[in-house]
Amino acid sequence: MSDVVIRAEGLGKKYVIGHESTERYTALRDVLAQQGRRLLRSARDMAAGRALIAGEEREEFWALKDVNFEIKRGEVVGIIGRNGAGKSTLLKVLSRITEPSEGRVIIEGRVASLLEVGTGFHPELTGRENIYLNGAILGMTRAEIRRKFDEIVDFAGVEKFLDTPVKRYSSGMYVRLAFSVAAHLEPEILVVDEVLAVGDAEFQKKCLGKMQDVAGHGRTVLFVSHNMAAVQNLCSRAYFFQKGRKYAEGNTIDVIKQYLSTDCSELVTAGYISDKPRKGKQDLYFHRVLFNKTSGSSSESNPPVTGAPCEISLKLKGDPEVRGSARMGITFKDAFGNPLFLLANEASTPSILRVEDGSCVVCRIEKFPLTQGKYSISLFLEVDGVIQDWIEDGLSVEVEAGSFFGTSKNCPSGWEGKAVLVENSWKSTLQERNYHAS
Amino acid sequence: MTDTMTSSSGGPGRLVLEAGRADAQYWRDLWHYRELFAILAWRDISVRYKQTVIGVAWAVIRPFLTMIVFTVIFGRVAQLPSDGEAPYAVMVFAGMLPWFLFSTILSESSNSLVTNSALVGKVYFPRLVIPSAAAVVSLVDFMISFTLMVLTMLWFWFLPDWRVLLLPVFVLLAMAAALGPALLLSALNVKYRDFRYIIPFIVQFGLYVSPVGFSSVNVPEGWRFLYGLNPMVGVIDGFRWCLLGGEAALNWSSFALSLGVIAFFLWYGIRVFRRTEKTFADLI
Repeated sequence: MSDVVIRAEGLGKKYVIGHESTERYTALRDVLAQQGRRLLRSARDMAAGRALIAGEEREEFWALKDVNFEIKRGEVVGIIGRNGAGKSTLLKVLSRITEPSEGRVIIEGRVASLLEVGTGFHPELTGRENIYLNGAILGMTRAEIRRKFDEIVDFAGVEKFLDTPVKRYSSGMYVRLAFSVAAHLEPEILVVDEVLAVGDAEFQKKCLGKMQDVAGHGRTVLFVSHNMAAVQNLCSRAYFFQKGRKYAEGNTIDVIKQYLSTDCSELVTAGYISDKPRKGKQDLYFHRVLFNKTSGSSSESNPPVTGAPCEISLKLKGDPEVRGSARMGITFKDAFGNPLFLLANEASTPSILRVEDGSCVVCRIEKFPLTQGKYSISLFLEVDGVIQDWIEDGLSVEVEAGSFFGTSKNCPSGWEGKAVLVENSWKSTLQERNYHAS
Repeated sequence: MTDTMTSSSGGPGRLVLEAGRADAQYWRDLWHYRELFAILAWRDISVRYKQTVIGVAWAVIRPFLTMIVFTVIFGRVAQLPSDGEAPYAVMVFAGMLPWFLFSTILSESSNSLVTNSALVGKVYFPRLVIPSAAAVVSLVDFMISFTLMVLTMLWFWFLPDWRVLLLPVFVLLAMAAALGPALLLSALNVKYRDFRYIIPFIVQFGLYVSPVGFSSVNVPEGWRFLYGLNPMVGVIDGFRWCLLGGEAALNWSSFALSLGVIAFFLWYGIRVFRRTEKTFADLI
């Protein structure tokens, strides 16, 4: 038997999505006509046994296209890529939740997939009952769960609350229990999606350890994560997905480097960000983001300089009817996606920040604290309690070297691009005594 | 997941995932997931009576009040004849047991996929497990109502003969009669959510065209064929044949017709369900 346990050949997955036409209907006649057309189409679809899709126009969307790969027994493979790159779709296909639209996958061995922790947990049931329920859902037999029951409880650390309904659990306990059940699965192939994003740091470390154990026992693991550090620690090989295709593969470190360089290639220069993937209601949205905007009509972005003042201008656009008081946030993250610091008007500026279509909000940092290098940023906008715009990924900024402390050095070499600088000074008592003695 | 952890098939299986591929392993998979089936049914049963005030009492009150109303309206006001010597109340009860079993399975199973959408989107298992587990839950209510029926029969001192031993067969038949349309509706419900509004209508309509409040002997000979197309006619007549002793005669031709309709719906329901099952996760 060959050593390849998963082989994908020309794998593709297609979704059909609908768009509402943007035309606004004012006359009743138009509304009726539109409703009529919609009804007619729905009836036609139903007769043909197709799924109903909201919206006037339809578009085919390939979440995965022409994906080929081979994974050998015992390999731990990381899958990285930005949101919407097709990672989760791939895992769904591999775990048989959805079937591919073209191509095929051949799998040798038993697969267990962990796309979410605590799938099927019922709030009314006790911890004990949920362990059996969740275990069965993940594919364990009752005998197997009984055998591992103590281990599961021990790992989660919830002995005292075993007979309490999980709706009374704290969210941390809930997640620990849920992950603990999942961590005791013993399949030949384990498929894991981003589940480590939950729980506190200590528990995350415990989970990583547990997964390393799993990988160490000669099992094959497929691991999707945004946590580059975790991918680097766990995986020997990695695939980089972009726009539904496998963009790169190889040694984990090389692939991560490639991912980071591709990810950061879209620097904020002209600052137009309308095309970025985002969440929120979008009645009001970030139109441009500019660093140290030059005055005059052709405003341009100038990179922030370490230690120098920095102004971040956020231009908003949207529905002229929408206005109100805003909660805004700008998060700076390092190349691995770990947040470094957050700028929030709510915390630093007591006065109300009113925004509307065409507003330009300026956030000023007196002394820019990041060392030279590339950073990604995320933007958040909430107006009167409604999240309007939220761009988590896809924006990055290049910081230029400058002096923060007024000395010749900002940080030890090798720390560029990942450090936040804080004013500080050092002295030693020994030094002081010597000074006085002399 | 291709298998449960204790694969009895021996050795790791090879699994090919491909568009539109018929799954030869499906029925074996279904067998492997029998524990999930049991545990989902157990979950629904134990959750059902948690944090409810009336709880079990509801399963008693509903058939009891319905029996009284039907006995008064059909037996007293309309003066319809019962099956032979059987008291009208007992006859109504014998018809109501399978009818309530049928209608609860139909409504619970049809909505089960949508209420369990979190499971469908995140884990693989044969989807047939969900509506079937929901169907089993209805058996609990049935058992409670059945106890009530026994008490009613004792009250009238009307005892069945040996045929009562065949009752489990007809219980299974009632479940099969409900499961066919329920599978069909649950699959359609994933795609088109309007179907959930149709179910209460079917249940209400069905109550009048099925011999729940009256006996099948009232149906004129000319209407027998059309009447027999209702699968519940065979099931309810079968229940009365078991429980009312020699008093109720089973019309074999109409019974065979009902059996045929039940078998057809079961086959068609499973077929539609199996065909659309793979797209559930994309649509739900």
